[in-house]
Amino acid sequence: MTVPVIELRDIKKSFGPVDVLKGVDLKAYAGKVTALVGDNGAGKSTLIKGLSGVQPYDSGTVLFEGKEVHVHDPRQAGALGIEVVYQDLALCENLDIVQNMFLGREETDQGTLDESNMELQATKALQSLSVRTVKSVRQKVSSLSGGQRQTVAIARSVLRNAKLVILDEPTAALGVAQTEQVLNLVRRLADSGVAVIIISHNLVDVFKVCDDIAVLYLGRMVAQIETKKTNQADVVGYITGTKTYGGK
Amino acid sequence: MSSPTPPTELMPNLEPQAISSGHEGGLRDQVNAYFSRLKNGEMGALPAVGALLVLGVLFASLSPFFLTEINFANLFVQAAQLTTLAVALVFVILLAEIDLSAGVTAGVAMDVFYLTTNAGIGWIPALIIALVVGAAIGYILGFFVAKVGVPSFVITLAFFLGLQGVALILLGDGGLFRVEVPEVKAIMNSNIPVAGGWILLAVMVAVSAALGLYDRARRTRKGLVNRPITLLIAKTGVLAIIGGVIVYILNLNRSQGINPIAGVPIVIPIVVAIIFIGTFVLDRTTFGRHLYAVGGNPEAARRAGIKVNRIRITAFIITSTLAVIAGLFHVSRIGVVEAAAGRTIVLSGVAAAVVGGVSLFGGRGRLVHAAIGAMVISIIDNGLGLLGLSAGISFVVTGTVLALAATVDAVSRKRSGGSVMRS
Repeated sequence: MTVPVIELRDIKKSFGPVDVLKGVDLKAYAGKVTALVGDNGAGKSTLIKGLSGVQPYDSGTVLFEGKEVHVHDPRQAGALGIEVVYQDLALCENLDIVQNMFLGREETDQGTLDESNMELQATKALQSLSVRTVKSVRQKVSSLSGGQRQTVAIARSVLRNAKLVILDEPTAALGVAQTEQVLNLVRRLADSGVAVIIISHNLVDVFKVCDDIAVLYLGRMVAQIETKKTNQADVVGYITGTKTYGGK
Repeated sequence: MSSPTPPTELMPNLEPQAISSGHEGGLRDQVNAYFSRLKNGEMGALPAVGALLVLGVLFASLSPFFLTEINFANLFVQAAQLTTLAVALVFVILLAEIDLSAGVTAGVAMDVFYLTTNAGIGWIPALIIALVVGAAIGYILGFFVAKVGVPSFVITLAFFLGLQGVALILLGDGGLFRVEVPEVKAIMNSNIPVAGGWILLAVMVAVSAALGLYDRARRTRKGLVNRPITLLIAKTGVLAIIGGVIVYILNLNRSQGINPIAGVPIVIPIVVAIIFIGTFVLDRTTFGRHLYAVGGNPEAARRAGIKVNRIRITAFIITSTLAVIAGLFHVSRIGVVEAAAGRTIVLSGVAAAVVGGVSLFGGRGRLVHAAIGAMVISIIDNGLGLLGLSAGISFVVTGTVLALAATVDAVSRKRSGGSVMRS
């Protein structure tokens, strides 16, 4: 078996008396889409916040490409190649697509912004994902639909050569066609060799696009299974706690 | 990201798809694109330019004095202070903040200038001290807004009141204090030699065209499409013509006495340089990009790793420092400092920025918009004054124009989708 891009071992996190994560294990592999599912309060967000450095874990081991790392702030996560695409997209509507994709990491040439270089790279990143819904890279984000905005946010992680991309509910606010487009995009992102973790409540989406499904239940990882080897009814059972994963 | 990804079963037929950059197509496509942007509510300074033309024609037809050479020069000189203040305020308005104390900050800094020059210090070091005073006040304002979290409206209102007191303490009760610095007096009251005006205009047009050509060369080097060159030629031409007309008229003899008065007032190239450098910083530097980002969505900027607080504090420092230059122009024109200086003009400065198309919601607007807005307000003051109408009417008209501009801002923001889908 190949070395996972990210491996979590026995992760624990508590807020005061409340134990949110009670020893969680998780693996995500390059080229694979791993779904992180679980009911509200299962600890999904807490798990992700630890990975992105926003809220470090109390204890446990984080292995990045087999090596132990300590992620204490978002910059460290970014330096490793971990990118999080948040549910509320974190784009600036008054800026255009190129400007948003390079926000905070602008390329300069002799002290001034190198617009042509940024435009070229942004276009290439979008093309590498076969994005066809965006007309012009110089469109303002305010003129984009929800799906197009997701597209820009995901393409931004490509631009940053991310090795692990975490998507928080990428399709929650989208219509049918746009959901389809974003799922296609996620698939292509993984096919290009990136490890992808998707948080989602939508099991239809999960089964459509994910290779692995990891189920959190009250702070414990109750199952991490290949999508092929399970079905929706079982996963719902794991999520709600009415079934336990037999193969564990 | 370089290798093309294999097709998946979800999206079977993928051929590479060209994504445009808005630079494609001929002149006609570019013009169409401009109109479609207008329709989407990105009107920029267009309403203000329209207002400027309408008001110009109106006053020209109502007052025979409006189009005289001397009034033309007066208009520009009178507008210089307001323009500079409005440009200064744009930096904080882009962050959806406000600085109500900018006017009195300038007043206090110029009081310090008066006291230091009176104490025998040269005018250049004294001016530097005044600018540092402005920058320091800006830093304190920015600190309260960014680090402490006091709303800018409240903290700058507090400074608006407090600094008036400081001005009184510095100057003592009442009275006007003459500033005896010929160089300062010259800014608003002396002119560049006739040839100098033309040379400066030529430099300005050349720099502007060179920047345009430089951008095109960079794009070509990267293999990107350029807009038709006719567009750049047209832009440069319009700049040259407008500038040429202004310089030509200002170079005519406008004296009503024996000694001829002609030439571009010294203040005008200073204001143009401020706008030019400021625009360069906003459009072409990382700081400028981050300023717009923080104004558009502070949370997104923070997550992108931008030091939001540093940007906020810097914006307040720039506003206060540039405001001091506006104060310098004021002192140059009236020749005195007084404790009450700068109390009323700051609201006109905000009005000018908004009239010109700078959005109070943050993230949208350019320095030249504020300058055009300042011209609109100045032309109202000037024209109504010439018609012998009372100051009351002038305020009513200015207020109406501002209300109109704010309405245009709110409506266009709605139309461009600014309020929808906001996370």
